[in-house]
Amino acid sequence: MPKVTVDGQEIEVPAGATVLQACELAGKEIPRFCYHERLSIAGNCRMCLVEVKPGPPKPQASCALPATEGQEIRTDSEMVKTAREGVMEFLLINHPLDCPICDQGGECDLQDQSIAYGRGGSRYHENKRAVTSKHMGPLIKTIMTRCIHCTRCVRFSEEIAGVDEIGALYRGEDMQITTYLEQAAKHELSANVIDLCPVGALTSGPYAYEARPWELKKTWGIDVSDAVGSNIRIDSRGREVLRVLPRINDDVNEEWISDKARYQVDGLTRRRLDKVWLRKRGKLTEATWDEAFKKIAAAKPGKSIAAVAGDMLDCETMFAAKALLKASGSGLIESRQTGMDYDTSNLAAVNFNSGFSGIEETDAMLIVGSNVRWEAPLVNVRLRKAASKGAKVFIVGPEWDPTYKATFLGEDASVLSNLPAEVAEALKAAERPAVIIGAGGFAAGAHASAVKIANDFNMVRDGWNGFNALHISAARMGALMLGYAQDGGIADIAKAKPKVLLALGADEVDFSKFEDSLKVYIGHHGDKGAHAADIILPASAYTEKPGTYVNTEGRVQRGDKAVFAPGDAREDWTILRALADALGVTVGFDSFHELRAAMFAEVPALAHDGEVADYGAVAKAVKGNASPTGAIPSPIKDFYLTNPIARASAVMQQCSNELILGDTLAEAAE
Amino acid sequence: MAARKIAPDTPELRARWGNFAFDADTKAKADTAIKRYPEGRQKSAVMPLLDLAQRQVGRETDTQGWLPLPVIEYVAEYLDVPVIRVLEVATFYTMYNLEPVGKFHVQVCGTTPCMLRGSDDIIAACKKRGMKPGHISDDGLWSFTEVECMGNCATAPMVQINDDNYEDLTPERLDKVLEALAAGETPKAGTQEPGRHTSEPANALSSLKDMVTENHDYRGEW
Repeated sequence: MPKVTVDGQEIEVPAGATVLQACELAGKEIPRFCYHERLSIAGNCRMCLVEVKPGPPKPQASCALPATEGQEIRTDSEMVKTAREGVMEFLLINHPLDCPICDQGGECDLQDQSIAYGRGGSRYHENKRAVTSKHMGPLIKTIMTRCIHCTRCVRFSEEIAGVDEIGALYRGEDMQITTYLEQAAKHELSANVIDLCPVGALTSGPYAYEARPWELKKTWGIDVSDAVGSNIRIDSRGREVLRVLPRINDDVNEEWISDKARYQVDGLTRRRLDKVWLRKRGKLTEATWDEAFKKIAAAKPGKSIAAVAGDMLDCETMFAAKALLKASGSGLIESRQTGMDYDTSNLAAVNFNSGFSGIEETDAMLIVGSNVRWEAPLVNVRLRKAASKGAKVFIVGPEWDPTYKATFLGEDASVLSNLPAEVAEALKAAERPAVIIGAGGFAAGAHASAVKIANDFNMVRDGWNGFNALHISAARMGALMLGYAQDGGIADIAKAKPKVLLALGADEVDFSKFEDSLKVYIGHHGDKGAHAADIILPASAYTEKPGTYVNTEGRVQRGDKAVFAPGDAREDWTILRALADALGVTVGFDSFHELRAAMFAEVPALAHDGEVADYGAVAKAVKGNASPTGAIPSPIKDFYLTNPIARASAVMQQCSNELILGDTLAEAAE
Repeated sequence: MAARKIAPDTPELRARWGNFAFDADTKAKADTAIKRYPEGRQKSAVMPLLDLAQRQVGRETDTQGWLPLPVIEYVAEYLDVPVIRVLEVATFYTMYNLEPVGKFHVQVCGTTPCMLRGSDDIIAACKKRGMKPGHISDDGLWSFTEVECMGNCATAPMVQINDDNYEDLTPERLDKVLEALAAGETPKAGTQEPGRHTSEPANALSSLKDMVTENHDYRGEW
């Protein structure tokens, strides 16, 4: 723990800290462009210069200088001031003065720091450099003349994303940032370089020229495009969500979000259900809420009512529906739309127990049927960190490119009951072995087998829990906590032949099994669920209602309401509350607060915002076939089109066309 | 330097170089270069491999050689590194030619010491023979570029032609060198000053005279 003096203030800093970190600990602001906490140190922008004694009598780059015992650091001396002014003047030599037409304006590091640390004028009278803009795909817009060569984007794509696609070509004044032959950046996290870029060189393509940051209302939300529960900031103006940015949460998403989380929001204004619709003679016609409720009441469901929860639901909606069904005398609730029926009696056996930050510590892991890169891109970032620390990775299931070294053991699930010696030895020898079962593994019925492997290799031990279930549905853990599961899955619901089926944003259900039921779709997008429905009640998307979400590691998080739902659409719980009146039952809450209080009373863990729910120990065995056979499927066919919002989004469609189908489409055109 | 650019990725380029592979000789040298680095650090050999590839292209085209994109991709694949990392290296160093060059690639140093000793005349002499930046002469013999310091300041001005330096030049001496090269001869590399061997002082010693006989300590005399 070296002691250093920063501007006369003596502080103790952790061993291995840099001078820049020492200054930050002392509360001093150090300007910087290339330095970023989560990337390697480059030391090429020179903005973080400070005066350090002992050392050469010149300013030193604090980001790359280790703090050592007895250093005297000055951040406020004349030398530091002139050094910063000099660096800033050089940076601005080739930077165009186009802030009025630059999308970074108002949230630009270069703008802010030139005001705070620059000298206010330039002495440069020569021609400025101009650089042709580069193509980087549908999401990233480039104006490369603005680039100051901090190389944050290069380091991000190499270190975090694990795909070396961005590079710095040429040298000196001619240095240019580009992808190889200007190919599109093909990665699920590619748009994070937009946030990293300290200037306006890499900006958001779909958001180009939409708004200035100071016009936007900022609301804290939770992403529902996958089960990671990324913390997001929803930027809206008026009734429209304009963009989504990541919030920092080291336990969940660090400071990244997937491209889908960021860019599916334009789908929120397309294909929306903003009116009540009734199916009359096979055709959907506009109707009023009153007519719809009367029609549902006329079906006289009584006890014969069921609810299926979709993938993006908040816990409040699911609790309201459950309360409605309970008041009617029914317990027919299910959330696993596609028909999976894994054992949910032990929630720890369907949870990501290691935690996202915990899984970085594993030294050997077996992934059972999960394309982690598509199912949870941010978890793959964690696995990549583990692999780079030397963890051995084995994957059962269809092949995909993990960006780190991994051994594929084939597609057939039978390998699980007869693990190759190499795998068994690695898991046995590991200090913190882990198994991750993903969507493909659950679909192939490998759940019991994964639990068996976890127990066979003693993966749950003192201070370590290596059994992990990686879901792809943001609502899954919340739904399971609220009891949205039947023993036989959705088949049990179909067998019960309910008179009324409430599809709560459920779009993946095989509705042909419910032909005799009155299908009521309560959701926000005109997708598969709405096509099959007899009655459509327009509800709110995740940006339009406050809600509680539980991510796949069991972390309870809350998002706020950013904008109002369009047209006649209402918050889901109010629809269910009104339906309770129509059906003549009492659910026991009249306001959102009462609903939440009732929900917390029933499932206390949901009351603890930001905390991981305690599900107890992982069961020794769960129901199901412990030696499954057959090929493991890959449930996600197209990363960019996994949910109704993304499917309605023009940007996601474009990504799918260019980045996933690109080659196929080009061939078809020829 | 600003003139450097990557040769465009055209179907013709792919057709010509798409099947590039190291010949036996290059392959042996490449594998030796790779073996110099510890296991797992093979990518450190990227610079020798690019050079070997450029030389092989040179032999195939009877020029100094250059690096077409498919060749760069081949080197990346050979070392199992992302191609953008190899392209970064190839574009950084001026010793790698990114566009076709002539049989003799003339690199004239124009940095301050050479300029003071008359590199402008050398450049003018080159131009008079029809050389200009980014252009191969019609007979395919010459290509030209002005470069920054080559480290021969003591024998300025200088040019580098393929693997050899020619120093202490005057326009006449340069002409002699170029004519010898054009005639297929091998002119003497290094200094062209009669009587001078390498970069030793050209005339009588003017500085550090006391150092001739012993390791003299000058510090007290400042």
